[in-house]
Amino acid sequence: MTSGFETMMAEDGSQTPWRTEIGTRLSTGFAGVALLVLAGLAFAPFVVSRGVLQDLFFILTMLALAQSWNLLAGYAGLISVGQQLFVGCGAYALFGLVTLLGMDPILAVLLAGVVAALLAVPTAFFVFRLHGPYFAIGSWVIAEVGRLVLAQWKMLGGGTGTSLPREAARDMAGIALLKDWFGMKAALAADALTFWLALIMVAVTIGFVYRLLKSKQGLGLAAVRDNETAARALGVDARRMKVTVYLATAFLTGIVGALIYLQKGRISPDAAFSLTDWTAYVLFIVVIGGIGTIEGPIVGVILFFFLQNALASYGSWYLLLLGALAIATMLFAPRGLWGLVSERTGIELFPVRRVLKGRPLAQTAKGGPNG
Amino acid sequence: MNWVDTILQGVLLGGLYALFAAGLSLVFGIMRLVNLAHGDLIVFAAFLILVLVSTLGVNPFLAAAIAAPLMFAIGWLVQFILLNRTLGKDILPPLLVTFGLSIVIQNGLMEGFSADSRRVSAGALETASIPLAGLNIGLMPLLTFASAILVILVLNRLIYSTSIGRAFRATSDDPVTAGLMGIRPERIFAMATGIAMVVVTIAALYLGTRANFDPSAGPSRLIYAFEAVIIGGLGSLWGTLAGGIILGVAQTFGAAINPEWQILAGHIAFLLVLVCKPRGLFPRAID
Repeated sequence: MTSGFETMMAEDGSQTPWRTEIGTRLSTGFAGVALLVLAGLAFAPFVVSRGVLQDLFFILTMLALAQSWNLLAGYAGLISVGQQLFVGCGAYALFGLVTLLGMDPILAVLLAGVVAALLAVPTAFFVFRLHGPYFAIGSWVIAEVGRLVLAQWKMLGGGTGTSLPREAARDMAGIALLKDWFGMKAALAADALTFWLALIMVAVTIGFVYRLLKSKQGLGLAAVRDNETAARALGVDARRMKVTVYLATAFLTGIVGALIYLQKGRISPDAAFSLTDWTAYVLFIVVIGGIGTIEGPIVGVILFFFLQNALASYGSWYLLLLGALAIATMLFAPRGLWGLVSERTGIELFPVRRVLKGRPLAQTAKGGPNG
Repeated sequence: MNWVDTILQGVLLGGLYALFAAGLSLVFGIMRLVNLAHGDLIVFAAFLILVLVSTLGVNPFLAAAIAAPLMFAIGWLVQFILLNRTLGKDILPPLLVTFGLSIVIQNGLMEGFSADSRRVSAGALETASIPLAGLNIGLMPLLTFASAILVILVLNRLIYSTSIGRAFRATSDDPVTAGLMGIRPERIFAMATGIAMVVVTIAALYLGTRANFDPSAGPSRLIYAFEAVIIGGLGSLWGTLAGGIILGVAQTFGAAINPEWQILAGHIAFLLVLVCKPRGLFPRAID
């Protein structure tokens, strides 16, 4: 977990170099645990019932969306309330590619991400003309435009939506293998396949976010978030950084959107571009869990899932409570639940902070290591 | 398609959008706060008027007059207790708190009034119209437009020629220095939001009497208000009226071609302005 750049030599001429390190012993241990959890989850389709598998799929997709939004809002400072645009476009790209071109759904899911990223190029052109809070509403307007335009696409059902042809999901690549090897029924095999894809997406998203944050670019991103003027003065290209993150999250969100609707099998513009489902929930998960940390969305999505199971039968009260909880979190614990834990215990499971390591500091030495 | 009629209807519709936008613009101008719950507060006020009309049996205009001080108090309290805590250099807290507020209001209304569409009846006024050069102009749209102009006149007068307006401008320019001069910024902010809620009540009166509304109608009102503000340019209330008119005309033209394109046409007009003049048509503030 050592990032290799050496910054300065010790003063007394001894050869112990100072170096910055990212990571703690705990985080190294945790990386092992995380891999075990991933491996354990990968076996879930063989062990748990279809209902549990679908619940897990839901958690994983929400987690992937939350991590993407967290990267966008928590690290790049781009507070978007229009990510449903990319969920919806990814989902519609999947339906278009499968029903109109007869493509294999698995391939179409990947291409859906590409479509969403391509779409993000022109929308970036519009939303990046707006700053701060106006960026938020601007992204929302564009998502609305997406919804209204796709509602005009009569071949995919217009405003009422359409279903994925049954045989498309049944004949997906890999289904036959699963049936032959493990004797799974087609429906379970389809669920297992989408589940694994969701698991891969979560791993890829977290891995991508973590690697980015540990890199030089991630340092630049944090600098831009904390003080854009100062960061730019030091040569960080803030705009390019933000656009890159915007495009990357569009790609990830598009794939997850396609995956969600591959599993649902039915699409309508109102559902696929739902502000509540794909932005409000995601935002609450991140805020309640802890914005600006990788652990936060994980904590948030677990809490969200239990709250939803416990309270879903109360309908609007549930959303009302979630909104109130998010407001309270923002006011009283702006770093979220994970922030509370981390402040008290100092635990960081995905550390991105650079720590100066080397010899113990020679307090008597003139100047000291920081010069 | 009758072009003159379409343009006229669009202009009058623009008055409604300017009313939606005026409160948003006022609050942003003074404390740089974008209230994502603005549309839901309009719908909330419309429900308040509806309740007053049905329980007291009064005329909607009188009901709005009763609702206005209530909304002022609600706005004052929400700003003083909740939103003032979120103001600062970081734009995340105010956005997320007002977004949370929006969800809370929507679902609270859903719980209280169900998802049914409602309408406030304005009696004979609803269908009354004035014949003018071969066109029939609805009295309600005309009243809406006149109210928008009146609201903007009053707000401009308030901001530029009263002592409270001077305090608004001073706090907007520099809250710390204004504080040194004996102004308490948190009270000024609360006052501004209270006044914005009075404008919201007026907007709600026309929203409720001219069309159906339901608890989920808020977000699209926020979007129209936002588009009117951005088209017009930040910081200018007359610009906001112009923005509302452009939005209204674009929507009625879209609807005249194909009813499904009404909203889309408005959004496209907004995006076109954003591309050609990113700072709006009549910008004043520098942000």
